[in-house]
Amino acid sequence: MTASAYQDVIIAGFGGQGVMLVGNLLAQAGMEYGREVSFLPVYGAEMRGGTANCTVVIDEEPVGSPLVRTPLSTIVLNEPSLARFQPRLAEGGVQIVNASLIDRALVDERRRTVYIPVNDMALKIGSVKMANMVALGAWIGATGTLPLACVQDALNRVVDGRYAKLVPANAEALAAGYDFAKKQTA
Amino acid sequence: MNNPCNALPEALRPREGESLVFDAPAAQVDRPTHYCPGCHHGIAHRLVAEVLDELDATDRAVLVASVGCSAFSYDYFAVDALEAQHGRACAVATGVRRANPDSVVFTYQGDGDMAAIGLAESVHAANRGELITAIFINNTVYGMTGGQTAPTTLIGQITTTSPAGRRLRGEGGPLRMTELMAGLDGVAYAERCALDSVRHVRAAKKALRNAFEVQIRGLGFGFVELLSGCPTNWHMTPQAANRRIAEEMIPVFPLGTAKNLLDK
Amino acid sequence: MSDAPERILIKGNEAVAFGAVDAGCRCYFGYPITPQNEIPEAMSRLLPEIGGCYVQAESEVGAASMLLGACASGVPSMTSSSGCGISLMQEALSYMTGSMLPAVLVNMARGGPGLGDIGPSQGDYFQAVKGGGHGDHRNIVLAPATAQECYDFMFRAFALAFTYANPVMVLGDAVVGQIKEPVRRTPPPDALAPERLAELAAPWRVEGRGRRGPGAAPRLVKSVYLAEGTLAARNRQLRDKYEAMRAEARWIAQDTDDADLVVVAYGSIARAVRSAIRALRAQGAAVGLFRPITLYPFPDEGLRALAAARPGRRFLVVEQNLGQMVEDVRLALFGPAGRGAEVLFHGLMPGLLADAQTLEEPVRLALAGKEIRS
Repeated sequence: MTASAYQDVIIAGFGGQGVMLVGNLLAQAGMEYGREVSFLPVYGAEMRGGTANCTVVIDEEPVGSPLVRTPLSTIVLNEPSLARFQPRLAEGGVQIVNASLIDRALVDERRRTVYIPVNDMALKIGSVKMANMVALGAWIGATGTLPLACVQDALNRVVDGRYAKLVPANAEALAAGYDFAKKQTA
Repeated sequence: MNNPCNALPEALRPREGESLVFDAPAAQVDRPTHYCPGCHHGIAHRLVAEVLDELDATDRAVLVASVGCSAFSYDYFAVDALEAQHGRACAVATGVRRANPDSVVFTYQGDGDMAAIGLAESVHAANRGELITAIFINNTVYGMTGGQTAPTTLIGQITTTSPAGRRLRGEGGPLRMTELMAGLDGVAYAERCALDSVRHVRAAKKALRNAFEVQIRGLGFGFVELLSGCPTNWHMTPQAANRRIAEEMIPVFPLGTAKNLLDK
Repeated sequence: MSDAPERILIKGNEAVAFGAVDAGCRCYFGYPITPQNEIPEAMSRLLPEIGGCYVQAESEVGAASMLLGACASGVPSMTSSSGCGISLMQEALSYMTGSMLPAVLVNMARGGPGLGDIGPSQGDYFQAVKGGGHGDHRNIVLAPATAQECYDFMFRAFALAFTYANPVMVLGDAVVGQIKEPVRRTPPPDALAPERLAELAAPWRVEGRGRRGPGAAPRLVKSVYLAEGTLAARNRQLRDKYEAMRAEARWIAQDTDDADLVVVAYGSIARAVRSAIRALRAQGAAVGLFRPITLYPFPDEGLRALAAARPGRRFLVVEQNLGQMVEDVRLALFGPAGRGAEVLFHGLMPGLLADAQTLEEPVRLALAGKEIRS
């Protein structure tokens, strides 16, 4: 696997789906991998009960714009996020779509998509709360931006010390998503 | 104690066989003030300066001046001083005392400054228990700007902006700062005194001493309200002004210690 | 993972707090307002650990007044706020300039006017640069664009504030404050040691006259000058100081050597512009970036040098407001000094998030000398 020089992703979902946590994790891992990174959370009027999203940019040069109109990739965890970001996905971009909550009929078939039941897979690993990790794992598998191990290792810095015992399960969730995407794109 | 601002002229220095029995405190600058005849600021300044000397606090004292007739109070105190914006003295004093915890910090504010524009800053500094001492001069009018209504103006009192006499409805009643301050947990000492008689002046000095002591001992915010005369804006002789304090102000602003944590 | 110990991933707001503390700041006074709350939150944790003081004031009026008191005591101190909160601080800001005090203020600007919104905006440029308070006050204004600059510029802010005994404002926005990026927590080369800051304050700070030895004359910190001629003298002193400050103008010029068009932008908008320029240059467009680092003093000289180096070169000012810095650019390039350079403007509305792709079109239009509709 070779890491591409520039990558950006918009991660979006309901508040509470852990969108900001995986954005943080990805940025932390990118930094530890020696890349320049930026993480920008976006809370709008829809902060309560609506969608939350963040943009992560990973580059070899210092990051210019931390915001992108036409992202190279997206991770969408709910239907409102798909409606908002699918039309903006760059040509040739890839989207990770939460099959547990999003109707397949809504997915634009011309888009490169990993349609993955992250909630169901997370539940099997132990908790639906790790759906975000499964989705990020799928994104790593689909984009090859960073090594999986690097992201798994960064969990130790991003997950609050009080929840350290949850790191192995989260690493497993990342791996599950990664394997799913790898199989699909193989 | 050494005061670089006070040097007795040669002609006034004690000669052979004489001894000096009365002098300006080291914390005070010995010079004529700009205050009007009969104004009580001079007495209040002297009391504060004596207390600073007696508590051995002059060398580490910082005065935060206010806006009003006492804006230039720093001209008469031989201590480090700074100017605060109108009403903000207690907030500025908070900054000084927090930045320099070994200092002894006091504000000197009139009723417009402390009880009107600066009420929020004053009440919150007191409520936080800031280790500062606030000296509040209540003469029921805005002095410097020419006798307008203050928050402490008495009901019925005629001022340049209450020509028909202050009315409770629409203009409010006289704000009782000492009672307000005494109700706050951060306040360690609160007393209202008056400067209309020798007996009251003596009590005021004791109260000022206590209000500085609570600061020095780290007990909390010290507050003294001084009922003072303003013969100029009251359009009275100084004697009549003293009588007004006794007959009209004290019944509305009762004297006494409202809070004292020194003995606890 | 080789550089993991050296870089930490933190928000611009947190970088402000770390930078301030590492630069020697020991007192913070503030009042919560979005989008800068991570600054007081971090300060309330960091300062007590090192014997400093954190006070949550009753208002921004109170916070700025406390700052005045702490600065008069010669202790490196700061406040931070946004929008309406900065408006409330203007009274103290004018007093601190008049009293010649080294205050540091951080404005993580939000959208206005009025309550506006909590999104990014550059609508406070005039207030920061021209002074929102009364009287002839000028404050040095630094405009960080990255979390690393948030950290580094706090050192510069304290160094400049103490060197000139004058307030310094660090002007960011919601993007600069909220962005999380790698930051190296090492003092930049232009940092002054905290002991040096104390030395600079030693001649004027109020502290209790006894600290200067027996019989020391009392000191007074003030801005009032009533005696005839004294206010004039004070303002001449301020004027001379403001003129000396001009030496502190800083800017970054990128890809300007061959540029037919130079885009002038600061702060977070300069980042989006830089990305747009990168994309356009890849397509062969001769466009470069001029980014003021100091908004006051404004880097006139840098702009004039660019105009002189290539007569006929156009300038496009991109700001997230209705046109504020563009006035300073026009002033800098006015007359012979500007060699007749044309200055165009593109304004982004506050509250919207600016991305690079959206900016490519106006830059392309400006290159072609066509009208841009904001």
